Amino acid sequence: MKEALIQKEVLILDGLCAGFPARRGEVRVLDHVSLSVPKGKITGLVGESGCGKSMTARAVMNLIRHPGRVTGGRILLEGRDLLSMRKKERRMLQGREMAMIFQDPMSSLNPVMKVGKQVDEAVLVHEHVTHAEAKRRTLEMLEAAGVPDPERRYHSYPHQLSGGLRQRIMIAMAMVCRPKLLIADEPTTALDVTVEAQILDLMKEMSAKGTAVLLISHNLGAIARVCDDVSVMYAGKIVEQADICTLFDRPRHPYTRGLLSAVSSLRDGSEVLSVIPGHVPNLARLPAGCSFSPRCSCRGKECMEKTPEMREISPGHRIRCLWEEPGKKPGEKELETEGLAAE
Amino acid sequence: MSEVLMEARNLVKDFPAGRHRAVHAVSDVSLELQEGKTLGLVGESGCGKSTLGRMLMHLIPPDSGEILIRGTPVTWLSDADFMKYRRMLQMVFQDPYASLNPRMSVRSLIAEPLETYRLHESRQETTRHVLELMSTVGLPEEFLHRYPHQFSGGQRQRIAIARALAPDPDLIICDEPVSALDVSVQNQILNLLKSLQQSRGLAFLFISHDLSVVRFISDRTAVMYLGKICETGPTEDVFREPLHPYTRFLTASVPMPDPHRRQERPKMAAGEMPSPISPPAGCRFHPRCPYAMPECSRTEPKLRRCGERQVACHLEK
Repeated sequence: MKEALIQKEVLILDGLCAGFPARRGEVRVLDHVSLSVPKGKITGLVGESGCGKSMTARAVMNLIRHPGRVTGGRILLEGRDLLSMRKKERRMLQGREMAMIFQDPMSSLNPVMKVGKQVDEAVLVHEHVTHAEAKRRTLEMLEAAGVPDPERRYHSYPHQLSGGLRQRIMIAMAMVCRPKLLIADEPTTALDVTVEAQILDLMKEMSAKGTAVLLISHNLGAIARVCDDVSVMYAGKIVEQADICTLFDRPRHPYTRGLLSAVSSLRDGSEVLSVIPGHVPNLARLPAGCSFSPRCSCRGKECMEKTPEMREISPGHRIRCLWEEPGKKPGEKELETEGLAAE
Repeated sequence: MSEVLMEARNLVKDFPAGRHRAVHAVSDVSLELQEGKTLGLVGESGCGKSTLGRMLMHLIPPDSGEILIRGTPVTWLSDADFMKYRRMLQMVFQDPYASLNPRMSVRSLIAEPLETYRLHESRQETTRHVLELMSTVGLPEEFLHRYPHQFSGGQRQRIAIARALAPDPDLIICDEPVSALDVSVQNQILNLLKSLQQSRGLAFLFISHDLSVVRFISDRTAVMYLGKICETGPTEDVFREPLHPYTRFLTASVPMPDPHRRQERPKMAAGEMPSPISPPAGCRFHPRCPYAMPECSRTEPKLRRCGERQVACHLEK
């Protein structure tokens, strides 16, 4: 049973913590992040800027810059613990078994090297093949990534390509060694809507071929379009986790509800948009209790004292919130709640 | 029908791109801004919407064409002569991290336009006005002596808006004012802009690539593609029943935040916007248009009026 589970889940994060040393102690940017990315599916990670979603990706790819570091938890790639591996061993997995694409394709590509050669390089580093074979693989991959006229584009430099084409090159470069896991960090944020739709379709295609995809985005529209499961992050913690339909139909965490109504009020023709008051807290000075409590419309007394743990409220649907049910604030007695409801 | 505040007639702007080539950023664009109304300008990056905004702001001169403010041509006025009109026009930029001087406090940032136009006799009066503006945009008084780095993106954008409001303008040109902000904060700023417009009778030119934002804030919408306006009209009409194939494609591309409506988008308009250095002949959208006819590659469709709307397409006759 357990083995079957491990087989399906390509990536498992288990209580991952990361932090930066600060004048007093440590600023914790990832706080017990647990999630899994199964084969052939797209898992979404959504949140506002500074919530730690990119840090999660960087922790998996071992790209956290000094002095930041992973301080606890486990990262399992097909059951192998990346954090207990030797540096060299882990390095060999990067690019071959897991690959990452970034928000801005222009700054991820070498401006003085033909894009075809850059994709070749990915093959040559990881596999013992001839240059001719590498080129054949590159052209095949460019074709699959939807680059029109791959023979000609192979010889282009990054500045000669449009933003959408550059992102397709990045995807080709990431996918050319057929990795088991693809991490996409805001892959469409720098692109126009018409191109965004095309790139999202491409990601869907890649996952249908068996790759596990972790899609990081702040755009709930993009998440809704392609993801199978979603985790919502706030101030370094995952606050809600569910399959895509449950999360959009029955969001339970007040933050998720706030985000969703903020987005939908933009579309349903309301006169005044719904907002989440205040702004994202400074990670070095997190409020006591639940990090979201200062902005939360349904906070009770207990929220400012007790830090909520992740708990499962229905199969596969987890929230980090003390809120038992709508209309009832945590830490308040039944009677008071009834009084509130009557108002 | 309200009064026309600003009118642009046949504006053209090319930028040299070396070797006798030019980027045709804006080609023959005409539009009207009405008093107290919001015109939304949407389009993909590189379509010329920011260049158009800058020309209207008198920040860059057009190659040809004319700009009129309340019927007076102002296109070729010198900067000094333009001063009295500049007070009527203000601008809010996209990136509140770049548009505020990091070495100026909130007070001096907001007081700067007041001092430029010499609106007050004394320092006290200026400070009082600054505090008034701060409360209008929702900044608490104790922020008066803080510096931009102490604020979040949303708060910085509020400072930028207070600065724009300071000389009591008639028109504010907002160039992507919320694109750098997170959703929850973005809505706060949009609500603020809308309520300012209603309480002060301001006109806005709202430039954005985000269609849902434009739909919320604009009375009328103009859609731009490769330096040309392809459709204009009352916002709800344009979004509910787009006439131009590009508008249709653009509205269908926006991902809906609803997993049940992973709509099968029409497989249309593949590819991307061509380079504005060598725009296609005829209709500029024809290489991507699924309804392209032979005529489309030969003659350029004129912006034609149909009712309250205008559309530039050979299909609409």
